Amino acid sequence: MAILTSDLPDAGIKRLVRSWPAIWGCALVAVFGLYLLRDEFPSAVTFRADTVIPFSDGMTMLMVWLKANISWLTRSITDILGVPLDFALGLFAKNLKFGAGANAVIFPRLSWLGVCIAAFLAGHAFGGRRLAALVGGCFLYIALFGKWQSAMLTLALIAIAVPACIVTGVVIGIWAWRNPKVDRVLVSPVLDLMQTIPTFAYLIPMLLLFGNSPVSAMIATAIFATPPMVRATMLGLSRVPSDLGDFGDMAGCTPRQKLWQVLLPSARPTLMVGVNQVIMLSLNMVIIASMIGAGGLGYDVLLALRALKVGEAMEAGLAIVALAIALDRLSQAMATSGQAKKSGDLASRPFYRRHIHLTLAIAALVVTTLGSLYIPALAAIPKDMTLTTAPLWKDALNWVTVNLFDVIEAFRVSLILYVLNPVRAICEGFPWLGAVALVGLAGYQLGGSRLALIVGGLTAFCAFAGLWEKTMATVYLCGISVVLSCLIGIPIGLMAARSDRVEKIVTPIIDTLQVLPSFCFIIPVVMLFRVGDVTAMIATVSFAIVPAIRYTNHGIRQVPPTLIEAALVSGCTRRQILWRVQLPVALPEIMLGVSQTILMALAMIIICAMIGTRDLGQEVFIALSKADSGRGIVAGLAIAFIGIVADRLFGAMAARRRERVH
Amino acid sequence: MNTIADIGGLAAPLASAAQPRPVKMSCRKVWKLFGPDATEFLETRDGIASVDDIAKANLVGAVRNVNFDIHEGEIFIIMGLSGSGKSTLVRCLSRLIDPTFGTIEFEGKDLLKVSDAELIEMRRHRMGMVFQNFALLPHLNVLENIAFPLAVQGVDKATRTARAREMIELVSLRGREHFYPRELSGGQQQRVGIARSLATKPDIWFLDEPFSALDPLIRREMQDELIRLQSVLNKTIIFITHDFDEAIRLADRVAIMKDGQVIQIGRPEELVLNPATDYVAEFTRDVPRSKVVSARRLMRPATGADYGGTVAPDARVATFSADIVRVGKPFAVVDAAGQILGEVTPRSVVALLAGIPEEGSVHGYPDL
Repeated sequence: MAILTSDLPDAGIKRLVRSWPAIWGCALVAVFGLYLLRDEFPSAVTFRADTVIPFSDGMTMLMVWLKANISWLTRSITDILGVPLDFALGLFAKNLKFGAGANAVIFPRLSWLGVCIAAFLAGHAFGGRRLAALVGGCFLYIALFGKWQSAMLTLALIAIAVPACIVTGVVIGIWAWRNPKVDRVLVSPVLDLMQTIPTFAYLIPMLLLFGNSPVSAMIATAIFATPPMVRATMLGLSRVPSDLGDFGDMAGCTPRQKLWQVLLPSARPTLMVGVNQVIMLSLNMVIIASMIGAGGLGYDVLLALRALKVGEAMEAGLAIVALAIALDRLSQAMATSGQAKKSGDLASRPFYRRHIHLTLAIAALVVTTLGSLYIPALAAIPKDMTLTTAPLWKDALNWVTVNLFDVIEAFRVSLILYVLNPVRAICEGFPWLGAVALVGLAGYQLGGSRLALIVGGLTAFCAFAGLWEKTMATVYLCGISVVLSCLIGIPIGLMAARSDRVEKIVTPIIDTLQVLPSFCFIIPVVMLFRVGDVTAMIATVSFAIVPAIRYTNHGIRQVPPTLIEAALVSGCTRRQILWRVQLPVALPEIMLGVSQTILMALAMIIICAMIGTRDLGQEVFIALSKADSGRGIVAGLAIAFIGIVADRLFGAMAARRRERVH
Repeated sequence: MNTIADIGGLAAPLASAAQPRPVKMSCRKVWKLFGPDATEFLETRDGIASVDDIAKANLVGAVRNVNFDIHEGEIFIIMGLSGSGKSTLVRCLSRLIDPTFGTIEFEGKDLLKVSDAELIEMRRHRMGMVFQNFALLPHLNVLENIAFPLAVQGVDKATRTARAREMIELVSLRGREHFYPRELSGGQQQRVGIARSLATKPDIWFLDEPFSALDPLIRREMQDELIRLQSVLNKTIIFITHDFDEAIRLADRVAIMKDGQVIQIGRPEELVLNPATDYVAEFTRDVPRSKVVSARRLMRPATGADYGGTVAPDARVATFSADIVRVGKPFAVVDAAGQILGEVTPRSVVALLAGIPEEGSVHGYPDL
């Protein structure tokens, strides 16, 4: 490999490029040889335990030192953040308590009926009757199915985390936009890392620094959900037409006036897309953060899953789905309603006429909440009004187990025997030295020695940290899931691209799949396939299939119509157009979709640790339960590095294809 | 002023109608170069550099050695095709970008030396600008958009709303005060842009291709609107366009730019009749002479004959050609004081319309 990284004269490089297949052939043979000779050179195959660099010990020491030395800081942060959080929790879920002891004044939490009405009105304000019915219906569903308390705990956390994320995101976004150097050196790489580190890994340092409490859940949520806001701010500001900036200057704006009164309002549509993403990511993370004390719906799912009460888990999961759909549709409608703002002389009307929905919502909340002091049915939804579907799910499951057990079991076992286990064996026996070399070779071919060093180095880290087998276990499960997602997703995307009717059916389904927190995907699969690798794989595929479908559809559809016409005029059949024109032109886009699929699959595989996989996710999960910060963070980094390696390689490949196509 | 000698190395004969108005803005040796150490490059040469020098120093010239004076109350049009540097030049004049070299004086004050605070103050009260793509704020309605420059200054709401309503009257947008920009047509949007730029009562008014994004009919309507506004307001206007017809329709004087240089400055008539280079001639070739040539240019000494009517010396031939041909008698050219300066014959008008050079006119037009 040394010859590849050294500087060669041009002719030499050209000769090498021409013989890439030969190089790959040699490399593969060499790696296979290494595998055959594993008894002679065991240290090239499995990393020797005594040569492992103790990253995790160092990390643990660092965390312990941090804990010992900045506990005053973390404690005060906890206290400060605790105030608004307690208020929100009291307002939505528990009751508000002012004062202490016997003199405490208790203000009741918002009445469920009032919140449902307010949700209905918000839907009506931003999206008309249909949205009102949808949003109001979702909240009513949560109330009627007895998930109110948990759902409101979750909502309270989101209500505090989202504004914090938006403010931080906008501020950092502005800072990075103003200083391109800061962006390049600091912000972009950190954002990349923040978004590829699995959600679980965030929880560990939070747990250590801030304890098992809603505050640490909120901080983890804020860290996880801020990056899209930063990106949206930067994108939005850079997309404001330069004329508008010039106008701001010519109107005599000070730099501050220009930013706040001209640029940011003009960037509003992009900013609102960021807000929607922040809300959805917050929801996702709040669910996962139930493991470190967030409580709420996620905790319900977690408890039910641990006890294998599938019915209850399903019900809590559906409540999450209802909350997710309500929040997503509402925030999307808010994003677009700004553009649809109707003209009219509103300023001269009184406040309640101008904000009729807001006034009504406040009135409904106040009346029902005050009423709940006297009418208990308004305070908490009466037991006999609530419904439960848990027995139904249980019966359904029983029926399935009794009647379809053989089919499902046969499917499961054959999948394990003929697909999963062989691949697993190959992956786990894969020599680490060979993997580093192959990944580095791919990096060199796609992006030169710099990329080769990055991807090779990140791969080597996994080995040097002593996590090689677990890394390969992750790669195996993730790889199979990605291949399956692509095999299913890309054809669906193609069908959607070639038929408007299919697209109309597919779009709402993938839209919904995309807003669901990753947790929810596990539940129905566990019902059918119990715990294990098959379940993890199926849940991952259903989660990660979305970008494969979406990008394929989008890529094919954005092929310029003139190209298609040109192909038609040259006498191509539909099939020929697909294979010779549409697919080659859309390939970069499809590859981006695959790279997204890999990242999503990775995120999901990690969460599947809860149902007993044996990979890096499990490592993080164990570290979480033992509060072993070093071990968890290093495993988290290893996962992030897998993601970064895949992302960089696919990104480079897509970029090269794009250069050739355009 | 009478002549501007040696503009970018090209002498342009100028016989401007004597209008000794004070100079509002003047540029001397204004350069905008892109590339490393551009300022140093020009300073060592004191603002004189050839195309080769620039290329050799690895620089790109967007604006090269521009010199002109703009007088109070005139419409000064900078005309050039895309990439000629006209937009860059106007951004230098308004200091949206800083020139690499040269001086720009605004009412005798060096614009390049004022502090940021002074510049903001100047822009708030002295300058207005209209943009090609309107640059209206999408989140504000018409009234708020027009009042925005005043809001930025901290003018109280009642005053600025009243002023904005005045402006709405001026550009005939009454009834649309509460519309949002996206609800307006392009022409209406640009009316808002014009009203907004005038709300602060600027002394100097920059219009950067204000009508280029509009379709031809609306463009014409807006040009008429601008002529009407100017007759009321009498602002100093710097107007950018790539449309030569628009330039000769509106301009008191036109500066033609090519490759960052001003290659000729003059009244439309002079550009048409005495193009300094083939490039200018190419532009003017299809311009109907009658729309450019003035009565003064066509007149001969008065013979005291029986006049069929009178015309002002600056009236363009197209404005009276139909009348004079119909009447069939010479018209007297009469200045504002009522004094007869000379006469224009139907024959000379017909000759001009037909494109035949006529002998004996006071100012020949040899290039016709």
